[in-house]
Amino acid sequence: MADPINAIAEWLQNLLTGWGMAPGLALVIRFALGVIVIATVMLVLDIFLVWLERKVVARFQVRLGPNRLGRYGLLQPFADVLKLLIKEDTTPLGADKFLYNLAPIIALATVLLLWGVIPYAPTIVGADINVGVLYIVAVGAIGTLGIIIAGWSSNNKYALLGAFRAVALMISYEVPMVLALLIPVMLADTMGINAIVASQNVWFIFVAPVAALIFLISAIAELGRAPFDMTEAESELVAGYVTEYSGMKFGLFYAGELLHALTMGALFATLFLGGWRGPFVEQIPILGAVYLLVKALFMYWVIMWVRYTLPRVRIDHMLSLNWKFFTPLALVVLIVTALLDRILEGAGASTLVYTLVMLGANLLVGWITLTLLRSYARRERVKVAEPRPVAVPPEPTGPAGGPVSAAPSVTPSTPNN
Amino acid sequence: MIPLSWFLIFSAALFSIGLFGVLSRKNAVAILMGIELMLNSININLVAFWRYQTPAQIAGQVFAVIVFAVAAAEVAVGLAIFISVYRRRRTVSADEIDLLKW
Amino acid sequence: MTPVQLVFILVAATTLGAALMVVITRNLIHAALWLVLSLFGIAVMYVLLSAPFLAVAQVVIYIGAIAILMIFAIMLTRRSTSEEGPALNANWGWGALLGVVTLGGLVWVLSSWPGFFAAPAPFPEGTDPLLTLGQALVSPNGYVLPFELASVLLLAALIGAIVVAWDRR
Repeated sequence: MADPINAIAEWLQNLLTGWGMAPGLALVIRFALGVIVIATVMLVLDIFLVWLERKVVARFQVRLGPNRLGRYGLLQPFADVLKLLIKEDTTPLGADKFLYNLAPIIALATVLLLWGVIPYAPTIVGADINVGVLYIVAVGAIGTLGIIIAGWSSNNKYALLGAFRAVALMISYEVPMVLALLIPVMLADTMGINAIVASQNVWFIFVAPVAALIFLISAIAELGRAPFDMTEAESELVAGYVTEYSGMKFGLFYAGELLHALTMGALFATLFLGGWRGPFVEQIPILGAVYLLVKALFMYWVIMWVRYTLPRVRIDHMLSLNWKFFTPLALVVLIVTALLDRILEGAGASTLVYTLVMLGANLLVGWITLTLLRSYARRERVKVAEPRPVAVPPEPTGPAGGPVSAAPSVTPSTPNN
Repeated sequence: MIPLSWFLIFSAALFSIGLFGVLSRKNAVAILMGIELMLNSININLVAFWRYQTPAQIAGQVFAVIVFAVAAAEVAVGLAIFISVYRRRRTVSADEIDLLKW
Repeated sequence: MTPVQLVFILVAATTLGAALMVVITRNLIHAALWLVLSLFGIAVMYVLLSAPFLAVAQVVIYIGAIAILMIFAIMLTRRSTSEEGPALNANWGWGALLGVVTLGGLVWVLSSWPGFFAAPAPFPEGTDPLLTLGQALVSPNGYVLPFELASVLLLAALIGAIVVAWDRR
């Protein structure tokens, strides 16, 4: 009973081939069932995430959150989903009907696709492809396409503008994300995600904390959540690319966004926090899934913490932050990590020495970056604090060209005596 | 077991469709799409020959990767040119960008 | 008909159908999205050809960057929000004829080559094509020179595109 998933799969395979089915077809049916199970579990978890999000934001804002429906408000998401389902399903005039209906499906589907490569346990993984990390980047790119389709097919210029901004943000932040993803790949010598988890004797967050931080921030920007949620800034773009969506279509976008946040949390946990690693996981593989869930929920909590604490960043600040700060930093960290990795492997360092040297190098890079940032901020503050030329109104000249008296003479009106 | 001929016929058909697109479309961006189809068919050709003839040598895949890079560079420059032309002439129809015709 | 052959026929039909829609449809955004579908079909073809890295790289580069760039360019160069008129120019008949002749000529020339009906050669054991590709791209005995030249080409294209599209107002 240590590994129920594989036991059930084996039993099903034997059952189907016992009935005379070709083993290839039985394999296909097994995989199809696996896909259905994963998709269902993730979507059910999504409903739980709606409750979690509202409770956590309430606690951050020193209030209670939904607590009327069911114990602790646990039935609140069901009420939300029911409300979305019974809303009128509108299509804006002049919108491209097929694309308008396709966009939310793409947005949710690309998030579910990511769960196919995350290893839940040493022996439970959807598809153990050897280019898993690049697959994650590819699926993120398809998600970008869904946003453009949503914005364009709404036939609404605010939606289109919001979609442009969201896509510009997402493809910009893919660059530091890919560079930060290269570091676990380099440390584990493979792109397969199960192999990366298996090679994390020391969690990679201790070996490459700067890369982990860059990945986390780029992931938050990819999600379009605060502080990078310029694309759905209510005061400016109505609701960004989802302006014209209502009812369950908006529900799909919303659910997709929450599930994407959990997925990014799970990816961070897999690549940097050791994924399914934990005590006793070799004997009882199903414990790996529990560890992964705990770590993913913890990272989801960190992402929510960032969202409900920091104010929104302006779009041009966001892009300049990406191109002038994160990308050079990611490149520097990549070079430093690559050099140290080769030197330490060549010198045959033990794991403890390796970890300490890498950690020290990362902290050094972080400290240098902070020093540079501080001097840059000081220069900016000096520049801003300079007295700026203030517009002074010209001296008022009267009709005769002479200066007019400062105060107009007031002749008191004498009452009629 | 898929014989090599299936892949080659598929890539030849894709190439021909791309060629038709380049020769027959009015809009310049649509012509660029035809070029992309042709480049992709060439890549399939390269990788099919790599897999079926010389899987031991990696030259086929390397060539395909370089073609990826070249295609990306070409699309970027091509679209920059189209946007610049659109600013001057307010059109990207290949029929109407004919200032140099004698 | 083995399952792999069935998958190949489905994917090839989808890709060729989408490619045909790219070159025929009037609405440019629809053409761009049909292009995305055919690029996706080509990515599946790469998987059938035992090149998963190229498949995923295809999705990242073509669908994630080039197709989105084309959609942006279409949106920025539209003369009006209405339909653009006939999609094909006056010489489309000659274009179609040339396409058919090209296809026929290629197939005819290839069919006289004995390797045309070959089965795939066996994979060399013990080597990982992904590892070999990575090493080939950076080894001095391999293809590091074309790799570096490709990166210089991309840099030149980046600078060139910015300069060409610069708004000198």
